Amino acid sequence: MTAKPRERQLVLVVEDYQDAREMYAAYLQFSGFDVAEAQNGVEAVEKTTELLPDIVLMDLALPRMDGWEATRRLKADPRTRHIPIVALTGHALAGHAEGAREAGCDAFVTKPCLPDALVAEIRRLLDRHAPKDDNGQDRPQPRTSGKRS
Amino acid sequence: MPRVAAPLAPGPALEPEAKLAFVEFLLTSIDVQESARRAVDWLVAHAPVTEAAVLVAEGQANEMLLVAEHGISTGAIIDFALSRDDSAHPLIAALNSASPVYIEDLPAHHRGPLSARAFHAIPLRAEAQEPGMGLLLVASLARELDAESQWIGRTLGKQVSRLLGRQLLAETRFGQERMLLYSIINAVTDPILLTDTEGKLIIANSHAEKLFAAPEEASEGWRRAAGLNNMLFSAALSTSAVGMTELARRELLLVDPLEGSDLLFELLSSRAKDERQGTYVVSILRNITDLARAKEEIEESYRTLRVAQAEVRDERHRLDLIIDSVADPILVTDQEGDIVLMNTPAERLFNAPGIDDELALRRVRANGANLTSFVSNVLTRSGEQRYRGEIQLADPVTGRPLPVEALAGTILSEQGELMWVVTILHDLTEAIEKARLYEQLKQASVELERKVQEATAELADQNELLRRQHIALEQASALKSQFLANMSHEFRTPLNAILGYTHMLLNNVTGQVSEPQRKSLSRIDSNARHLLALINDILDITRIEAGRMPLNATTFGVGELFDEVQAELEPIIKRSNLAVATKVRGSVPMLKTDRQKVKQIVLNLLSNALKFTPAGSVTMTAWYDARSKQVEIAVKDTGVGIPPEDQAKVFEDFRQLDSSPARGYGGTGLGLSICRRLAHVLGGTIELESVPAKGSTFTLRLPAKARRR
Repeated sequence: MTAKPRERQLVLVVEDYQDAREMYAAYLQFSGFDVAEAQNGVEAVEKTTELLPDIVLMDLALPRMDGWEATRRLKADPRTRHIPIVALTGHALAGHAEGAREAGCDAFVTKPCLPDALVAEIRRLLDRHAPKDDNGQDRPQPRTSGKRS
Repeated sequence: MPRVAAPLAPGPALEPEAKLAFVEFLLTSIDVQESARRAVDWLVAHAPVTEAAVLVAEGQANEMLLVAEHGISTGAIIDFALSRDDSAHPLIAALNSASPVYIEDLPAHHRGPLSARAFHAIPLRAEAQEPGMGLLLVASLARELDAESQWIGRTLGKQVSRLLGRQLLAETRFGQERMLLYSIINAVTDPILLTDTEGKLIIANSHAEKLFAAPEEASEGWRRAAGLNNMLFSAALSTSAVGMTELARRELLLVDPLEGSDLLFELLSSRAKDERQGTYVVSILRNITDLARAKEEIEESYRTLRVAQAEVRDERHRLDLIIDSVADPILVTDQEGDIVLMNTPAERLFNAPGIDDELALRRVRANGANLTSFVSNVLTRSGEQRYRGEIQLADPVTGRPLPVEALAGTILSEQGELMWVVTILHDLTEAIEKARLYEQLKQASVELERKVQEATAELADQNELLRRQHIALEQASALKSQFLANMSHEFRTPLNAILGYTHMLLNNVTGQVSEPQRKSLSRIDSNARHLLALINDILDITRIEAGRMPLNATTFGVGELFDEVQAELEPIIKRSNLAVATKVRGSVPMLKTDRQKVKQIVLNLLSNALKFTPAGSVTMTAWYDARSKQVEIAVKDTGVGIPPEDQAKVFEDFRQLDSSPARGYGGTGLGLSICRRLAHVLGGTIELESVPAKGSTFTLRLPAKARRR
């Protein structure tokens, strides 16, 4: 881990829909996180490798490279493998959750997801991962916390 | 060996006893011949003697008489002649010899009675110095005279010496003649018997003995057969007229003692009167068994012949009946082509009896000519057993054309000559008509088949069309589902933003909002949420209708499901102030079905109940109906209830009973509709019981193991 300790945890928000991206970014900052943004899968992989965020919020339907592929690449890279990824999708069709889990997502959230619910999910994941990162232990099994209205 | 029937010869007794018995006999006997015969019998019984003879000379008589013999032919007895004067004869020399002489190779002119070339000649006399009175000749290959022959020679010598002093020559001579007689009657192959008038046996020849006397060592069967034969014979004699002196002839059935088979004899008996000893009956039996059998066979074959003749007559009669009963004309023609036999139907065509119409007679002649030409065809085709042809005839009376099939068979003699032609005619009118009809039928069938093929082709076209339409529909349906899924996604993205920003505003992320602003933002929020719920429900329905709601069966307990549902609605339950209880009655098996869908239904039912129950309680109960193998889940409330006329409507789309815009219950009005659809997908049902103002009970019934509907 080359990243120096940060005061605030860094969340990379990957979302092609600007309004949503900025909304989540604003709320996350409001909630006490540092936020980086990416608009597509390629950018997501680049920024993750570069910034090594504490967690990635990944929309699955993305231009250039979709969220599944980006997740697969990040989980295949030893440098970024440990970073938890929360998948975010508007499609509630069955199969999306499985696809996301297979790609290596640690959690799965269906849109619409209210900002505070999203923040709660991010906190939950970070709490689970944070103490174990330094020990270099395996991450716990990915768990889905799908929500339906 | 002829002998007096009784007493029978002594059996094989012990030697001394046999000798004693013989000596006792000699003492009582006064007959030289009898004594000599017993001596020979004794010798034959006790020594291995094949031929033996006793010759006796009496007093001054010159001739030697043969008085007893064994194994000597009748011819030899008759031919035998020996004079005591013939001193050159070896036998005469032996007669005068002091001791027994062994003679070998007697010269031809000095023939003796024995056929054997070597024999002992034992002179018979009382004392050694006496002249010999007779000779005992015993055939033997051994020079040494055996003890038995010596003893017999001595004993018989004493007897002869004793008796000849008293006996007349004539009697001795008579004895020889009697012996000759025995020999003669023995030579006769027919059984001959001399009996008294009661049938008691006095003399029998050897063939008669076989039938009437059983030796001691004979089997039980033999003895019994002999006894039976004696009885039969006596009976036969006694039935013949008493006092009859003429020859009587009758049949006598006896038993062969050795074979056990029946023997049929012709019994010829005649009476002989003897002045001294009374009346005797001489019987001769002639075996006619074979004759009788032959006669029986002849009678049997005659009977068989008679039966066969009768059968032939019956058969002929039956055949006539059969032939006449056949509806088809049958004719028999000879090798000249002339009709020799025909049945009644044939007569109608070729004879027309009782019809003298000129036209009819002409037709009959025409028919005959046609038949003749057919038969002549058959005759020229020798070698073929069957011949088939068609003849055009006409009904003599009506003139109706009569096409017939003619089937002819030839009958050959044993020498292979053609004797008769049998022809059967079969009316073809019907067959021709049938063939015509068949042809029509076949055409109709072909036509029908063509039509069926056309129809089938059309049907196949239609099917193909339908199949394409079906594919198109499926594609359209899939497109619709895809479109709706996409649309839902497209709806959600902006909705997500609307909800998110509203939320942020309400949470003062962008600064404090005033109370009126908060009120407006809340309205935006609640309407946006309603819109989202609508979108979700529509998407659910679309997916169910498109059959794209896959069953994801897992095993779970209904109790844990209740807990989970209750936990999820905990905030609403708290707010409602209702008493919410869950009960699992009895033993409910684990469910193996789509947990997510069951949960969605139960969630919906519970939230509905909470929504429409202002006060009181909501109870969720589960139990298992073993008969239908269904798990039943009832959600019972004490709410507003549903009027009977509306109870069916609640499951329809977009139905809320209070459809005013200002309805106070919220929800999309699609919940129950989705519940029912989901229940169907799981193979179950939902039913409603409700009383207005009292409450409602929704009952979900699910198979414990899901099966696709």
